[in-house]
Amino acid sequence: MKEKKNALQKLKQWIDGEITFFDAEESISRQQKKQQTFCFPKFSRLKKAQTSPAAYRLFCMGVAAIIILALLAVVNELPLFGAAEDPTNNEVVERYIESGIEETGAINFVAGMILDYRAFDTFGESNVLFLAVICVVMLLQKDEKNYNALEEREIQEDELFDKKSGKVLIRCAGKYLSPLVMLYGIYVILNGHLSPGGGFSGGSIVGAGLILYSVAYGHKKMQTFFTMKTFTIINVTCLLVYCACKSYSFFTGANHVGASVPKGIPGMILSSGFILPLNICVGMIVTCTMYGFYSLFTKGEI
Amino acid sequence: MQIEWIFLIFLLASAIGVSVVKNLFLAVIIFMDYSAIMAIVWLFLESPDLAITQAAVGAGVDSILFFLTLKKVHALKGTREE
Amino acid sequence: MNLSINYYSAVAIVLFGIGFMDLLMQNNLIKKFIGLNIMDTALYLFLAAEGYITGRIAPILTDGVVDASYYINPVPAGLVLTGIVVSVSVTAFSLALVQRLYKHFGTLNMDEIMRLSREGESE
Repeated sequence: MKEKKNALQKLKQWIDGEITFFDAEESISRQQKKQQTFCFPKFSRLKKAQTSPAAYRLFCMGVAAIIILALLAVVNELPLFGAAEDPTNNEVVERYIESGIEETGAINFVAGMILDYRAFDTFGESNVLFLAVICVVMLLQKDEKNYNALEEREIQEDELFDKKSGKVLIRCAGKYLSPLVMLYGIYVILNGHLSPGGGFSGGSIVGAGLILYSVAYGHKKMQTFFTMKTFTIINVTCLLVYCACKSYSFFTGANHVGASVPKGIPGMILSSGFILPLNICVGMIVTCTMYGFYSLFTKGEI
Repeated sequence: MQIEWIFLIFLLASAIGVSVVKNLFLAVIIFMDYSAIMAIVWLFLESPDLAITQAAVGAGVDSILFFLTLKKVHALKGTREE
Repeated sequence: MNLSINYYSAVAIVLFGIGFMDLLMQNNLIKKFIGLNIMDTALYLFLAAEGYITGRIAPILTDGVVDASYYINPVPAGLVLTGIVVSVSVTAFSLALVQRLYKHFGTLNMDEIMRLSREGESE
């Protein structure tokens, strides 16, 4: 009743012109207040009800124990280890092994699988590596925002340490060991379709060799032949070549029908169609990635 | 008792050691060891591809990255003669 | 009991649990990421153990035998091979994040970082 009266009085007042119902300034200020007071529930507010560490630990142990016990119970019901009747050994595997050699030409069935039947999966993974390097560049590259005088001094100390002639052992190791390591890595890459290994493992071995060289002789010497520009050119070229090589199955009607890539004799180094170039591409990408991580983590630049 | 069991027990022991040990430097070294043992276990499972990759990546590059991070966060005091 | 025969899978599950406990209970960020790596490798061990068949050899052509009952399952090996390299890039990315966090807060202790960020918010 009271409100109604008020409303009637307000109506009369409005008709008399004493008050206005719609006040622009007031509504704007009210909206601003609303915006100020409204906020998402912050993490810190939730955190104010602090749980004690002991309770948290107990809770964690309980969760982990439940998960482990449930998974062990599942393992108990799984097919026996090493049994040939395992449902994972289905017709897909038979197809990969029995017609793998004439369809891909690779003796190593794993290489034939990941670089021919499932090559687009590997392409996506190479892109993941490239993206990871780009993210690390964004996070750790030397610039004004994430770089202060202390770090400058540390890097200068490192350079002095590089120049010192006291590192006889590591110099010697770098001189005689790193070419051998890189040679072995290149062997693993080139023989990816004939023996265990391939682009990923060989690439990481070559990358490790480059890291050894960089540790022994310093970052300055490394930069004479490996800079950000070479890194970008190699990476992008390899990704594009990979993409172009693997798109042939789309252009030729999918599933290799009508593809006229010579397979060669299985067992020779120049065989198995596109697997060798693809292995080289993947190997170069992985090499650049591994060395790029090392270089960004130490000096903040490639 | 097969020889695989010895490696699996080493694997479990080094995994527990990583969690228990207080020194970060030691933890990373034990993790390196864990990766090397894992590379041998792949050979028992007849996957030489994985063994090569795990040895190069897990024991090589991964631990280098961990060591570099330890150096950047100044957790390696006293490991270099000034 | 299948558990005593599936011992590779059982060890993989226990390793997974250890890594999971590391992720939940360690205060130090580097140890957390080592735990994440242990979880990764445990998963790969599980996958590879599923593909193993007793008495067969690695999937590389030997003696010219083209027969599926002569080699082990190559599919888990292919999956794990890509997984190992991806786990390196994940590790590198997370360690880069750790370095930036250290630059901002000056510590690697998770509790300290939470406390400092809370204080920064309330100011």
